[in-house]
Amino acid sequence: MATTLARADYRTRLQTILPKLVLSPSLALILLFVYGFILFTIYLSFTDSRMLPSFGWVGFENYDKLFRLRHWSVAVSNLAIFSTLYISICIVIGLALAIFLDQKIRGEGVLRPIYLYPMALSFIVTGTAWKWLLDPGIGLENTMHLWGWDSFTFNWIKDRNNAIYTIVLAAVWQTSGFVMAMFLAGLRGIDNEMLKAAQIDGASNFQLYRRIIIPQLRPAFLSAFVILAHLSIKSYDLIIALTGGGPGRATEVPATFMYSYTFTRNQMGIGASSAVIMLMTIAAIMIPYLYAELREKD
Amino acid sequence: MNKFIKLSLLTAATVVGSNSMASAGDVEVLHWWTSGGEAAALKVLKEDLKTKGIGWKDMPVAGGGGENAKTVLSARVTAGNPPTAVQMLGFDILDWAEQGELANLNAVAAKEGWDKVVPEALQKFAKHDGKWISAPVNVHSTNWVWANKKVLDNLGIAQPKTWDEFVAAMKKVKASGLVALAHGGQPWQEATMFDGVAMSAGGSDFYKSAFIDLDTKALTSAAMKETFERMAVLRSYVDDNFSGRDWNLASAMVINGKAAFQIMGDWAKGEFLNAGKVPGKDFLCFRVPGSAGTVLFNSDQFAMFNVGASAAKDQAELASSIMSPAFQSAFNVVKGSVPARTDVPNTDFDDCGKKGMAQLAAANKSGMLFGSMAHGHANRASVKNAMYDVITAHFNGEYDAATAVDELADAVSIAK
Amino acid sequence: MAVASVETSIRTGSMTRVFLYLVLILFSLFYLLPFVVMVLNSLKPLSEITGGNMMALPEVWTVEPWISAWATAQIGIEPTGLSPYFWNSIKMVVPAVAISTMLGALNGYVLTKWRFRGDTIFFGLMLFACFIPFQIVLIPMARVLGLTGLAGSTPGLVLVHVVYGLGFTTLYFRNYYMAFPTELVRAAQIDGAGFFNIFWRILLPSSGPIIVVSVIWQFTNIWNDFLFGASFADLDSQPMTVALNNLVSSSTGVKEYNVHFAGAIIAALPTLVVYIVAGRYFVRGLMAGSVKG
Repeated sequence: MATTLARADYRTRLQTILPKLVLSPSLALILLFVYGFILFTIYLSFTDSRMLPSFGWVGFENYDKLFRLRHWSVAVSNLAIFSTLYISICIVIGLALAIFLDQKIRGEGVLRPIYLYPMALSFIVTGTAWKWLLDPGIGLENTMHLWGWDSFTFNWIKDRNNAIYTIVLAAVWQTSGFVMAMFLAGLRGIDNEMLKAAQIDGASNFQLYRRIIIPQLRPAFLSAFVILAHLSIKSYDLIIALTGGGPGRATEVPATFMYSYTFTRNQMGIGASSAVIMLMTIAAIMIPYLYAELREKD
Repeated sequence: MNKFIKLSLLTAATVVGSNSMASAGDVEVLHWWTSGGEAAALKVLKEDLKTKGIGWKDMPVAGGGGENAKTVLSARVTAGNPPTAVQMLGFDILDWAEQGELANLNAVAAKEGWDKVVPEALQKFAKHDGKWISAPVNVHSTNWVWANKKVLDNLGIAQPKTWDEFVAAMKKVKASGLVALAHGGQPWQEATMFDGVAMSAGGSDFYKSAFIDLDTKALTSAAMKETFERMAVLRSYVDDNFSGRDWNLASAMVINGKAAFQIMGDWAKGEFLNAGKVPGKDFLCFRVPGSAGTVLFNSDQFAMFNVGASAAKDQAELASSIMSPAFQSAFNVVKGSVPARTDVPNTDFDDCGKKGMAQLAAANKSGMLFGSMAHGHANRASVKNAMYDVITAHFNGEYDAATAVDELADAVSIAK
Repeated sequence: MAVASVETSIRTGSMTRVFLYLVLILFSLFYLLPFVVMVLNSLKPLSEITGGNMMALPEVWTVEPWISAWATAQIGIEPTGLSPYFWNSIKMVVPAVAISTMLGALNGYVLTKWRFRGDTIFFGLMLFACFIPFQIVLIPMARVLGLTGLAGSTPGLVLVHVVYGLGFTTLYFRNYYMAFPTELVRAAQIDGAGFFNIFWRILLPSSGPIIVVSVIWQFTNIWNDFLFGASFADLDSQPMTVALNNLVSSSTGVKEYNVHFAGAIIAALPTLVVYIVAGRYFVRGLMAGSVKG
């Protein structure tokens, strides 16, 4: 009798510990490899590290230098332009395509993978093709001229005021199909009963979307936002492949800045300080969002 | 698994086969000569080492003129797992030497008399604290102009000797409807032009004090302003689509007769030869007008890392193979550069190569051999890139010459 | 899952439909364009590329560049083509995807069905970890790999990819299991089923769609990674992207664009296949999972 009780007791205790035990490897990995490294980077940003980490304390000198660099302000404003346009265009195109594709379209099975596939390719792969397409000398502009449309011009990539928009174009190409898939999934989950009722009341399609369907896609909007925000902040390959940060330094963004100061220019301290600023910005945007999202469900 | 067994058998066989050797090691070589002819040329080294019983573990990482390789190296050293030998340029070698990471090659250097045959300006980057730390493979030079001879002949243009003649020639080409100057708009390419232009505008004393000594007076001098003004002149002879273009596509414009000139280092020659063009007949190579007599160089070297005593012997063998006149000749014929030692016979080289070798030897003697700013042989990476920022911004029309001079001095002061 | 794929009951007129098809087809052209350029130019001899129009069909069709890229192109000093690196990538991707997906599934299971105090904080920590810029982890990660003896090896790369993929896989599975009826789990518990038993017998069998999402996401990211592959691999473990980069971006050599494009397509094939084969389930998985927020 006593042994059964003890065993049962042991079993329940195991059952209560087990879930936490299962989480612990993940927790340990994340604490060390993410938060530990973030602390390390914060520390580095206050040191005189150049080629390799070194530990001479210099206070805020790196931050002071960082904000004196015109290069950095260019990178930050580029990221602001880029991510605003990229996120909003992706969401608009993704939503539009999803709504269109949801109208019992023949050949959906063919169109969907065509929209999705760019997400599968890295810019090491597609960079050269994009660079060619955008190059007025050999790309789209030249082709249009050869086809007889002589007044066609598309030379943004060569123009330091417009080059950042070509980056947006290529980035939208890569992810808008993925965003489409997220919205399409959302649309397919919508309850048709409510729509039918509204239809009987004489609501137009436009009204149906505006008043009933799109509001129900809120979770999809939020997921899309998180994924797009994460991709826009990490955009690195894309810029290296398309413009290498040029013309001049016109398309430099914080990710390329951080890499070049840390590794190419041997100014690791400045690189670390730029990373800290970036992380703080991400935190400022993400923490309120995560807080709101997670609290709601409790 | 199978492969492993085969390998160990092979190693065993080598060891047994050659009693004289204690053990056959491997050298792991990190480099960015990853494709085409230059990679094939490097294979000569591997074969050579094989005859000495040393294996070659290849570790190629391409991209950005060694930028990716540099990142990989930092990661490898931090992991406590540095490669045996690493392709490196200029000040990067000295930076690693200061970290105490590099091995000492003095024994083999003394035995083979490197001190006597390697140009002195080059030794500054291959020696640290009196110790040889790396083996130079080649000497590239940046102040070259490449020209399409047929285009010049058709327009009645003679090879320009002075800056003014050069500008006049470009004017004539532009008037004929062709592109005068083929150029790829990437910061390093603009800096490469800047090298030659600065030398031509300000002379060797100016070049040395501004770019090597970072003397503020020289950095803000009239010669610097003149240099930027000349860059703006060059800008006006470049076609509209220049930005982002790879350098070899710019070379192709000269090769195909779409453009007359390109200012580029001597690696461009490979593109011409590959297209079946003959120096002197189809294309011309000459120094940036106004910079004749000086040679701005950069040199690819293999620095040896301190990976323990057991590797030291292999490293010495590798270095000795690299420095052997036969390899220096074979490799540099392919690469377009000239040997890093001045006693290599020039028989296998084409006319441009012969010219380059003679000019290197002469400049070495007259003290007119200077490290290239654009390629990390005048100053450290931070300063080099700070200069890139300003040069490329000015070339792309963000600054006028006067502002560029101020920005340059400012950028250098932040980076120093 | 609970919601089946439901077609909309919106009805559209024929004019609208013509417009819809037009827009949809135009967009598919936009998405296909770069790929078409790559395919066309990979089938041309080099001379046609440097002298000609990039949109033109090849005058001489050739598969030479493909053979070269796969088997004979110079990558580093050996003319091996991309083939050996292909297997390196597979050896890295398969375990990394499997482990991160499995851990993500277990995490999602605990976070939704075995809730405890502070589980939201745990989840928040995991999510925020998705945003860490990879550039800053290189140096400390190299140190850790060096200390653990994993530097320059496939297991080392697997570890790195598992760590930085965990946030996403946990996110996917948590959101998916959120919608899974907890009553089923409780009922099984009363019947005496244990922690792993419930997971294995009850949750996993109905996790198909979200596993597809997680696998696609992880496979794509890991297969396409360059930074970690270049920094933490040595010759025997260098993945495909590093080799491709070696093929296409050597700085001072002749650029064989046709071979580059062929190589690029070869390097992308596995991810393309995964997208096309699993793509059908992808939307379903997203529907049941992550979009529910």
